[in-house]
Amino acid sequence: MDTLSAAWTLLLTADAELMGIIGLSLRVSLTATLIATLIGAPIGAALAIWRFPGRRLVLLLASTLMALPPVVAGLFVYLALSRAGPLGELGLLFTPAAMIVAQSILILPIIIALVHAAIQPMQREYDDMLTSVAAGPWLRVRTLMWDARFVLVTAVLAGFGRAIAEVGAVLIVGGNIAGVTRVMTTTIALETSKGNLELALALGLILMFIAFAVNVVMQGLTRFGRQYEVA
Amino acid sequence: MIRNMCLAAAIWLAAIPAAAAEFITVASTTSTENSGLLSEILPKFTEKTGIEVRVVAVGTGQALRIARNGDADLLLVHHRPSEDAFVAEGYGLERRDVMYNDFVLIGPGDDPAGISGAGDVSEALVRIAEAEAPFLSRGDDSGTHKKELELWAEAGVTLPDGGWYLETGSGMGATLNIGVATGAYVLTDRGTWITFGNKRDNELLFSGDPRLFNPYGVIVVNPERFPHAKVEAAQALSDWLVSAEGQAAIGAFQIEGLQAFCPNSPEKAGRREQEEERCPADR
Repeated sequence: MDTLSAAWTLLLTADAELMGIIGLSLRVSLTATLIATLIGAPIGAALAIWRFPGRRLVLLLASTLMALPPVVAGLFVYLALSRAGPLGELGLLFTPAAMIVAQSILILPIIIALVHAAIQPMQREYDDMLTSVAAGPWLRVRTLMWDARFVLVTAVLAGFGRAIAEVGAVLIVGGNIAGVTRVMTTTIALETSKGNLELALALGLILMFIAFAVNVVMQGLTRFGRQYEVA
Repeated sequence: MIRNMCLAAAIWLAAIPAAAAEFITVASTTSTENSGLLSEILPKFTEKTGIEVRVVAVGTGQALRIARNGDADLLLVHHRPSEDAFVAEGYGLERRDVMYNDFVLIGPGDDPAGISGAGDVSEALVRIAEAEAPFLSRGDDSGTHKKELELWAEAGVTLPDGGWYLETGSGMGATLNIGVATGAYVLTDRGTWITFGNKRDNELLFSGDPRLFNPYGVIVVNPERFPHAKVEAAQALSDWLVSAEGQAAIGAFQIEGLQAFCPNSPEKAGRREQEEERCPADR
């Protein structure tokens, strides 16, 4: 109960620092979700529609990488972006951009695997019809994606959920710098390490509230989309 | 319309908080950051110079590693042998004294090993070992961990593999959280313990041995090794920390009404003697 009221007080006072942290969390995780979707959805769809060499391997890899520990993804990006690493020249380490890269890598496999799973049954169902109208590859992908769009939303939400919840990757590549790379999860970890367990829990509740809000918005968009459904 | 909305969303998402004109990255330890010292004194430096300071607070071992990779411009850490090695290997310019605080032993309030009456830190550790009372080590190559291993060696205690001596492999805060929950002894620094919010019935049981002094040093990375490093700005912060102004800011920082760090730059020798009279290690 104390935690709940502490969370409310934190939100209602709209502390500028907390608002900045929430804003950065949303920016980093939503951008990572957008990037992973733009890359992962076409790959997932292609894997469901066409047979090509290496297809099974890519699928196996995607479902294996769903278990990639965030710390490992973070380490990988750290080593790449460090000044001692191949992309060090860019100077991206300890910036929000590095956090976006790490989270994109983390959720890309989820998007690929879930989009594949969403499109595959549609492909089986529509294959004859699409072949009979001699649909080109672009029309085929578009038709299947559109008809699977409500399941695709779930894939995107699953990706966003993993991004906004993880702490291991953003901690390593962001460095939890106050006002620059500090997000909700790293703040929760920091407050826990300071022994401020109630505050940490209150921040956790706020994070859940934000995830709830994002889901409500996505659900609203889905409803809005259903109006245009062809009967 | 939808395209414009997507574009606007993309711009909002990609917008990264506006960075100050100039910033430096400091690799430092959790004890300086979590105690609130750096967030108290660094704004004074930024106000004066316009240089933004970004602090990555990790264990000393990891901080040194970050600097070795060229990912920091300045180090503020607390393990003298590692600092000297860092400079000797050509990664950093000179190491300067900045301040010190002290390590303390905390444990359950009823003090089963009876360390509160020990004459010095070696005796306290021997009592823990003889009582086989649970002791938690960080085991993470941090400055505190390295110090702890040195203290055990000086006390002549051969550490068992498991049993009453356990490594958490975690940061100071995580180790303290485990320690208070299991009633174990832990070596920590005074500032972290005073600000720690989850003490339960655990108490500071032993402190005051001069060997528990915990000196912090500042090192600017070597520009010959790291041409991209912002050495001028880092040097400005290093100079400020040992200046009369910086030393005064460190000395004025208090946790719950007590001075938490003692400025000890020999470059301000006159001040130093006055400061030492009211330093936490002497309390």
